[in-house]
Amino acid sequence: MTAATVAVRHRLADRGVDRQMLLLVPATVFVVALFIYPFAYGIAVSLQPAEGGVLAAYQAFFADAYQRDTIVTTLMIALPAAVLNVAASVPIAYRMRGRFRGKRVVTTILVVPITLGTVLTAEGLLNFLGPAGWLNRFLMTTGLTDAPVRLTNNYWGVFLSLVITGFPFAFLLVLSYLSGIDPSLERAAATLGAGWRQRFFRITLPLLAPGLATTFCLTFVLAFSVFPSAILVGDPTGSTRVISIAAYEAAYVRYDYAGASAAAIIMGAVELAVIAVVLGLRGLLYTGSTAGGKG
Amino acid sequence: MKRSIVASPAAWLVWGAVIIFFIGLAGVIGSVVVNSFGVRWFDSWLPEEYTTGWYGQAWDEFTLLPVLTVTLIVCLLVAGISVLVGVPAAYVLARRSFPGSRALYLLFLLPILMPPITYGIPLATVLYKYGLAGHLSGVVLANLVPSIPFVILTMTPFIEQIDPAVERAARMCGARTRHVFTRILAPLLIPGILASCILVVVRTVGMFELTFLTAGPDSQTLVVALFYSMSAAGIRAQQSVDAMAVIYSLMMLTLLVLALRFVNPTQLVARVKEDQY
Repeated sequence: MTAATVAVRHRLADRGVDRQMLLLVPATVFVVALFIYPFAYGIAVSLQPAEGGVLAAYQAFFADAYQRDTIVTTLMIALPAAVLNVAASVPIAYRMRGRFRGKRVVTTILVVPITLGTVLTAEGLLNFLGPAGWLNRFLMTTGLTDAPVRLTNNYWGVFLSLVITGFPFAFLLVLSYLSGIDPSLERAAATLGAGWRQRFFRITLPLLAPGLATTFCLTFVLAFSVFPSAILVGDPTGSTRVISIAAYEAAYVRYDYAGASAAAIIMGAVELAVIAVVLGLRGLLYTGSTAGGKG
Repeated sequence: MKRSIVASPAAWLVWGAVIIFFIGLAGVIGSVVVNSFGVRWFDSWLPEEYTTGWYGQAWDEFTLLPVLTVTLIVCLLVAGISVLVGVPAAYVLARRSFPGSRALYLLFLLPILMPPITYGIPLATVLYKYGLAGHLSGVVLANLVPSIPFVILTMTPFIEQIDPAVERAARMCGARTRHVFTRILAPLLIPGILASCILVVVRTVGMFELTFLTAGPDSQTLVVALFYSMSAAGIRAQQSVDAMAVIYSLMMLTLLVLALRFVNPTQLVARVKEDQY
């Protein structure tokens, strides 16, 4: 090792760069080769349509109402589902963070939907909520409705399947963020005379908010890519024709790779815009330690 | 802290919502399970007769054994590779701040924040171009895209919670980086690594889009095989699809319940001793 390399190494070490950084290399290579490169390739493909100018694939997408409306359809399914899943998780997780009998059982039952998979969920929803399913049978026997309530092969089928698979996921994340908040902070507030409302809104919620933003983003991503359930329990040619169906059809039914890539990139852009807004709002909040004490 | 036995109205509301969710869930799962055992089930509460024949039929017709083997191999490869690649990266990201660390973190975040189909379609095109798609390798590579960042993301808080003083002490005693990793960090990180492994396996078993876009006829995982059998309506008896779906869920459930014995799911993001409550 010459004196010069030692000097360079020292200067890099001053800025926090040393040999340990090599540990980052494999992961970076994987992500660049399997994510960035294909994505760039996709953008390039979308800019080379078979006919028309550079942006012809995008123009075609936005000019065709049948394609354009898939953006709204997707957002109308994904946003409410994600908001509901996160909002419902908070009070339930708040009740469940202490120790009580049967906590493990309740947690396990809540985890079950994650194991179901889209197909069983779809089959179950079709069987359970279908016109001859148990729910409609119950509603008609008790005289609550005269005609079967239509909950499958439309918006609600897809929405419910997103709640069933998304809620447990959101719940587990919120519960773990919540368990990460040191309860002695709340106890300290209680000794100073804060009621539960003040403790929740002044201490727990602000500390939880960044975690909630992350949970929302992850749940939203899950909900935004409703490809299989939109086909299986939805109405894939009409009210639940989400943008991923449009992209898939372009690629594998029409073999229009420029159109498919354009649709995929529009989908990514819309989704990232939502995430950026949420994370931007999160950036305004407290993001320090939630562990209290020495934290 | 003692809790009062009489719950507040808010508590009743919360538990009521949980119970409604559970009832709906039971209905969804129950109807599939009942149907998978039913001979004929039309306009009645329960099927007329019961049989276990659909399971045998599902096992034979769908050639479940090879499908399960493929699923298992894909999961193990994806989980193994993503932990080997992800944990070291998570370590550096948790401990260091260097020029560009935030940009790098964002780079690792992006694949998780994108719906699989948005990068799945270009990725499948690229993999087909290099002749990797349609085989097991393509499925594994595609599934690594969200899994590696996922491991990094779940491991970073775990590592941040380990006091750096422990590592410094070890270094003072003459331990090299390798020793710090194997003797100090690895034992402390085992719960986190197990947890992220299991989550990666669960995600990979359930990962429909990426496998769907990159799998060939002999590299389908269980979800993809199930989707094909369900979307090609009329070819298979619905009960037979239901039987297969039940097999799938039982497998996943066994995996998850097993996992829950070792890992507390609520401590994935942050770890606090439960006794504190």
